[in-house]
Amino acid sequence: MTDAEIIERINSALAEEFELELGELVPEAIFKDDLDLDSLDAVDMVIVLEQEFGIKIKKDEAFKAISTLGDLHKFILTKKDEAA
Amino acid sequence: MHLQRVVVTGMGAISPLGNGVKELWSGLVAGRSGLSRMEGLEGVKGLRPRIAGRVPEFNAKAIPRKARRTMSNLSIFAALAALEAIEQAGLDEATLTGGRTGLSVGSTTGSSQALEQFFKLYLPENSLEAIRGTEFFKIMNHSAAANLAQFLNLSGRVVAASAACSTGCLNIGLAAEAIAIGKQDAMLCGGTDELHPLTVGTFDIIEAASISGSDDPAKASCPFDAKRDGIVCSEGAGILLLESYDHAKARGAGILAEITGFSSLCDSSNMASPSAEAINRCMAEALKDAEISESEIDYVNAHATGTLQGDASEAQAVADLLGNTAPVSSLKGHLGHTMAASGAIETIATIRMMQESTVIPTANLTSPAAECAVLNNVLHLQERPITYALKNNFALGGINTSLVLRRA
Repeated sequence: MTDAEIIERINSALAEEFELELGELVPEAIFKDDLDLDSLDAVDMVIVLEQEFGIKIKKDEAFKAISTLGDLHKFILTKKDEAA
Repeated sequence: MHLQRVVVTGMGAISPLGNGVKELWSGLVAGRSGLSRMEGLEGVKGLRPRIAGRVPEFNAKAIPRKARRTMSNLSIFAALAALEAIEQAGLDEATLTGGRTGLSVGSTTGSSQALEQFFKLYLPENSLEAIRGTEFFKIMNHSAAANLAQFLNLSGRVVAASAACSTGCLNIGLAAEAIAIGKQDAMLCGGTDELHPLTVGTFDIIEAASISGSDDPAKASCPFDAKRDGIVCSEGAGILLLESYDHAKARGAGILAEITGFSSLCDSSNMASPSAEAINRCMAEALKDAEISESEIDYVNAHATGTLQGDASEAQAVADLLGNTAPVSSLKGHLGHTMAASGAIETIATIRMMQESTVIPTANLTSPAAECAVLNNVLHLQERPITYALKNNFALGGINTSLVLRRA
């Protein structure tokens, strides 16, 4: 799977879970301010992404530092690389 | 203690007869049934009933995602019904959120669907790893009240009384009391429940569920009839907006009815079998609270769920207290038993009967059982003025409730 395909899957999963438009999902988007996602959504985002990619995210300190969608893309790409 | 008169200024209902009070009322007048064969019951080993009352399609997306993410269907039903009640009452945002408007809404339990989902994920590997953060808010016992309060940005009192089938009436009564003693100016109140095979199973296990209707679901629920064989479980929500009379008048709100009496008393003689004596006491206490005599009741909207013992006890209690003059009907022939919502949905329907001077008959009541024939059973739609109505709701656990309503 290419990085672009992974990013597309991340965006699709978030769009479906949080009822967002794909057009809103630009790398600069800040979860809290631009996408109106809060800490409760972050908990469910972890579950969604863990199930989507078969990886472990919960309790990963690096995840807690994420504030933009671009940060999330990089985080998941790194996780996928580590798992490969 | 009634320092304030309490009136109804808004009503909302989601029921097996459709979305909204208009659909509920037109369905009842037309004698429509909200019952059908329920998918998913066949697959449960040992479960005999096949018929239930489901809410037809509803627009959950009328509630924004952020409010909806912690809602199961029971909260969604309550939220949609509350929006309808608020709109009818014309209550503005500042009054709703200002701290003098509260809420009293309950369900039988938290979401059974969410509970099932939780244990499906938890039990196979004794693991919490796949449990979403929003799940607990659907399961907790005050899920409907909490979700509704958050959705509507309330800052007043929030009560979440839960007393199984009496939940609807109990919350209306508690809300009325909060207004009557001046603690709140307005209260949203009522009950809500979502259907799950386990709801049906609960009644089947204690031999109180109907197992008929496979060939004709509309005929499964037969309150007061000789052929009744138990409860047909349903789902839905009924929400009323109550206000003090002065508050409603001051803002020019239309008054739909007045709540003049309420009683909730416990029948501690048995966990599951209601006694006529205890029902009698509860109704008498509500009449006393309303300061009216037995002869002033023009109509009784019975709890009557279609069980052998419950209907018989209520019939005897009503006949003992009121005689056989006032017409009596149950709406569970049309709707089935909407559980925690039943008291509220049926109170709303009773208020519509008062407004229209029309008495809705008990659906499927063609041959009243001997023990229920002591009543003035309503077999056909009647045009009849109703000034005072008595609404009963009784629950497992012996929690009995009665409301007295007066026409506006």
